[in-house]
Amino acid sequence: MADTLYRSQVLPSDVFAALPEGLSVTIESHVAMAGLRLRDLAEVLNTTPPVQPNTWAATPDGQMVWLGPDEWLVTSRDQQPHELESTLREAVKERGGAAVDVSAQRLSLRLSGVLARDLLSLGCSLDLHPSVFTVGSSAQTALGMTNVVLLALDSAGEDYRIFVRSSFAGYLADWIVDASAEYVN
Amino acid sequence: MQLIECPWCGPREETEFHYGGQAHIAYPETPSELTDTEWAQYIFFRANPKGLFAERWSHSGGCRRWFNAVRDTRTYTFLATYRSGEPQPEVQS
Amino acid sequence: MSSDFRVEGYGRVDRDQTLTFTFDGRTYTGHPGDTIASALLANGVHTLGSSVKLGRPRGIGASWTEDATGLIQVEEPFPEPMLLATAVELVDGMVVRGLNGQGRLAQIPDTARYDRKYHHVDTLVIGAGPAGLVAARAAARRGERVALLDDRAEAGGSLTGTETIDGRPSRDFVAEVTTELAGNAQVVHLPRTTAFGHYDDGFVLALERRTDHLSDPPAGRSRQRVHRVRAKKVVVATGAHERPIVFADNDRPGILLAASARDLLHRYGVLAGREIVVFTSDDAAYAAALDLVAAGAKVTVLEVRAQAPAGAGDLHVITGARVLSTRAVLPADETVGNHGRIASVAVMDGGGHEFGLTCDLLLVSGGWNPTAHLFSHVRGPLAYDEALGAFRPARSVPGVEVVGAADGVLDLAGCLGPEVTAGDEPERTPGEVIWRVPGATDRQFVDVQRDATVADIARAVGAGLRSVEHVKRYTTIGTAHDQGKTTGVIAAGIAAELLGTGVQDLGTTTFRPPYTPVAFAALAGRERGELFDPVRTTAVHDWHVAHGAVFEDVGQWKRARHYPQPGEDMEAAVLRECTAVRGGVGILDGSTLGKIDVQGPDSAVLLDRLYTNMMSSLKVGSVRYGVMCGVDGMVIDDGTVLRLADDRFMVITTTGGAAKILDWMEEWVQTEWPGLRVHLASVTEQWAVFPVVGPRSREVIGAVFPGLDVANAAFPFMTWRDTVLDGVPVRVARISFSGELAYEVNVNAWYAPAMWERLLEAGAPHGITPYGTETMHVLRAEKGYPIIGQDTDGTVTPHDLGMAWAVSKKKPDFVGKRSFARPLNADPLRKQLVGLLPTDSTTKLPEGSQIVELCDDGVLPAPPVPMLGHVTSSYRSAALGRPFALALLKGGRERVGDIVHVPVGGQLVAAQITSSVLVDPEGARRDG
Repeated sequence: MADTLYRSQVLPSDVFAALPEGLSVTIESHVAMAGLRLRDLAEVLNTTPPVQPNTWAATPDGQMVWLGPDEWLVTSRDQQPHELESTLREAVKERGGAAVDVSAQRLSLRLSGVLARDLLSLGCSLDLHPSVFTVGSSAQTALGMTNVVLLALDSAGEDYRIFVRSSFAGYLADWIVDASAEYVN
Repeated sequence: MQLIECPWCGPREETEFHYGGQAHIAYPETPSELTDTEWAQYIFFRANPKGLFAERWSHSGGCRRWFNAVRDTRTYTFLATYRSGEPQPEVQS
Repeated sequence: MSSDFRVEGYGRVDRDQTLTFTFDGRTYTGHPGDTIASALLANGVHTLGSSVKLGRPRGIGASWTEDATGLIQVEEPFPEPMLLATAVELVDGMVVRGLNGQGRLAQIPDTARYDRKYHHVDTLVIGAGPAGLVAARAAARRGERVALLDDRAEAGGSLTGTETIDGRPSRDFVAEVTTELAGNAQVVHLPRTTAFGHYDDGFVLALERRTDHLSDPPAGRSRQRVHRVRAKKVVVATGAHERPIVFADNDRPGILLAASARDLLHRYGVLAGREIVVFTSDDAAYAAALDLVAAGAKVTVLEVRAQAPAGAGDLHVITGARVLSTRAVLPADETVGNHGRIASVAVMDGGGHEFGLTCDLLLVSGGWNPTAHLFSHVRGPLAYDEALGAFRPARSVPGVEVVGAADGVLDLAGCLGPEVTAGDEPERTPGEVIWRVPGATDRQFVDVQRDATVADIARAVGAGLRSVEHVKRYTTIGTAHDQGKTTGVIAAGIAAELLGTGVQDLGTTTFRPPYTPVAFAALAGRERGELFDPVRTTAVHDWHVAHGAVFEDVGQWKRARHYPQPGEDMEAAVLRECTAVRGGVGILDGSTLGKIDVQGPDSAVLLDRLYTNMMSSLKVGSVRYGVMCGVDGMVIDDGTVLRLADDRFMVITTTGGAAKILDWMEEWVQTEWPGLRVHLASVTEQWAVFPVVGPRSREVIGAVFPGLDVANAAFPFMTWRDTVLDGVPVRVARISFSGELAYEVNVNAWYAPAMWERLLEAGAPHGITPYGTETMHVLRAEKGYPIIGQDTDGTVTPHDLGMAWAVSKKKPDFVGKRSFARPLNADPLRKQLVGLLPTDSTTKLPEGSQIVELCDDGVLPAPPVPMLGHVTSSYRSAALGRPFALALLKGGRERVGDIVHVPVGGQLVAAQITSSVLVDPEGARRDG
């Protein structure tokens, strides 16, 4: 019997190993995430939440992503999932808000490289031109046939974070690998 | 592929949305006081006008918010979209 | 074989390289840049096959996609039927056949890749002819994001290279503009890309042919790509199609549009004939005739009009002339590729004299049809232009601009606009609109591909059809691969003449996508095979695969259905799994169940309104089964609810209902009760759920979670407890979907494989058996637990399911309550869920079977035999040692003990009605 309850990866670690030059996907496993709900969130948090729709903001140890007018996704590198939930829940509970651990609900993928935007254009209907989908932008939309949360991490259209429902991660990985065949010469 | 203007997310392809039928039909205060006919009217009967029509949509593939729209049923043109709780705007087809 | 009709000094094909291909078994050569049509014509081959209905010889009739006749079947590199010879680029080693009638689909899977790509631009220009190039360049110079799509392999449109633009050869102008566009990162210029559909909000679909022209394409590149372009402004610069004139026997090989012959000469260096007759009512044919003479042909022009136009030069012109009919080569003179080809024309001149002219090529020009398809797709109105003899855009549509020949502008200067100077052109003389020459109407072909003639139009009109849309459908004119690009308006014109009315009065035709045929494979794109539909998997999917699970699709999920051991079929595996669970302990991957976190002070209020039973009275630490109905009172989902805190619940839905129920709850919260302080979140993938089920489950759970008191008193049925394992929070709930003692282990899915293995290891001494969804279904059915969507169909109330106990009488209202008061819902003859036991104890009643009842004398009632209900679930039961079924049966609960009949394979099988609960009706097993 194993000594500790080990953590597993949603995707095989080598699934993106053979991507062509100009394209890389990093599997960012085991990031603590929480869904946070409260209309006037700014009043109860130390950090300023992104209130502009379809944007994200950096926090000291992660990100806050706008998901709706009273809804955010919070990621944390430093906290354990249940700690993150309880910290946030304590902060918003009295005001009728909500915080829920969704660390395993989605998988975080980092897509980067000079071909990143072109790859996304093979399956995402949004205009991701860096002048439109500027750094700090986010979007909940479809990539291939699955829903994702997409974040622009740079101003060149070469660095994105994709949050995908864990159960769809295998499909999305297959889709990315299949689509990237285009760039193999 | 039409674009529908989500009041939160802006224009998105129509496949990101779900249709929710006629807008501004409230759940009855006290259903038990309604006659069967009145209750059936609430459940089953909706307007089907030629022209402007206020209807509910949900940005189900995006921010998951329900909102309302005024659409011209003759052309499918969306004349206005507005957030839940906001009054129906005056628009001309 | 030499290319006899290739002319030195003409064309842009690469003559340094020779490509070999076969057509109808014979080997020919061509060059890079050729199409199958140009290569065949260079070899003197005009005849490709025969027509679908009449079997008349058919050849090449144009030089691009407007060709109404020249269809081929490509066999190599991959079989593809009904392609236009004029649009298939030649590559080495191609095997091509002519088509006699219809084509033949490939019998082997297509291994090529297809995909799509999205674009967003300020201006989309469709067509890289002179007007399109100028528009694209202007937009690019304004700093806009631009896409320029062109269906041909190289830009320039109808420019032949003989023109002068801004004081230099037109090809230099084209090169200059394309180079400028190529240097602009904001511009996407796609050749070989046909915009085939134009939709709402500036949305254009275009098909790019990406690899067929390459001899050795990169393996990963998609063969075809559908570009999905969203443009603020769409510029339609799609040019015009030359229109023929209809006369008897106008369908022979060797009859081409005049501008096509010119295009063949300048683009491919092919002289399509040496002894040429040109029949025209329009000036453009003169430019073609002069070029063909210069290239070495002998040309006679038959001019419809009374006078030759200014550009006639030294051409031999017979004015006021008509082609009456044509004759084919005599059988004795036939050579390969020549069958049925034109050999002479019968002519009548302006003075009424009839004579014959021998020829090997007849060129026809009756004017020009603006290619306004992409304007018409978005409901752009077209109006008939008397002078043009064609339809053209009548007024503007927001966001769409039509320029150049597509807008009816036929001179180069007009197409180029004020910023660019065209060289001198001969002044245009107005063309004469002539649809047809009087003659034998049953040999005057209007739609050559459909074998539809002037006589067919006369029949349609004679049958009383008055609209061009009706004439089109009656005659099939304009319904072939070319969709009437060249002759659609001729059909309208002839119908108008026959009816004695104006063309406009007949009603305009509407163009619909696609502009040219598009393969389904291209539309499917990447969405086929493994990527046809997303596959959802749980965190322990790999374990199921490694242990031989057979999967079933539940929505998009792959769920382990059973785990057959060597030699077992599904029935044997499921009986073994069922026995193991009821006799010892089993484990299921239940992670696919929908899970919704409900939080906020008003959580209980919301759940009371949405569930039929009371949830506000549920204690923290407890679990309750609940049913949700629509406003019509019909069951839409069921599941359990865990109260996690005063202000927090976890709602468990069915696997298939997860997204639907979250949407349903969200709809009520957002649209009806926005004042409720409650928030919903999907946590379906957050929690891995492993039910450990069976009389030995307590030992297993006790062994894995030493910190958890698993005694019945401390941890009773329908409660949940939190515990910690190796520092990881775990929630265990005593929920049973089988009637057995059961513990559902919930853990953050990061730890799912580890938890699964722990449970298996701890269960090994007890013979723990992994079981799948089929066993789960059998076990629940033995207990009469319905599966929503299998035992219900949207017309079933909780009462019908025997769940009146789950419908609160205390609550003043909940969604669906009012509907229960409708008289129909009190009907004692409603269909109710019951059990059925086939009296032979051996027959497994097929799910979906109808239930009937015999008359007292033991025979079926007279037809129509009343249907009493149907079998909803049916399995073999290990516990019962026999097959059993659940059924929805009229007034069923009052009929327990009665015998009904179910038709199975032509026989009536008797079955006894029972309670839906067949195993452990006292509920003694749930506490172990």
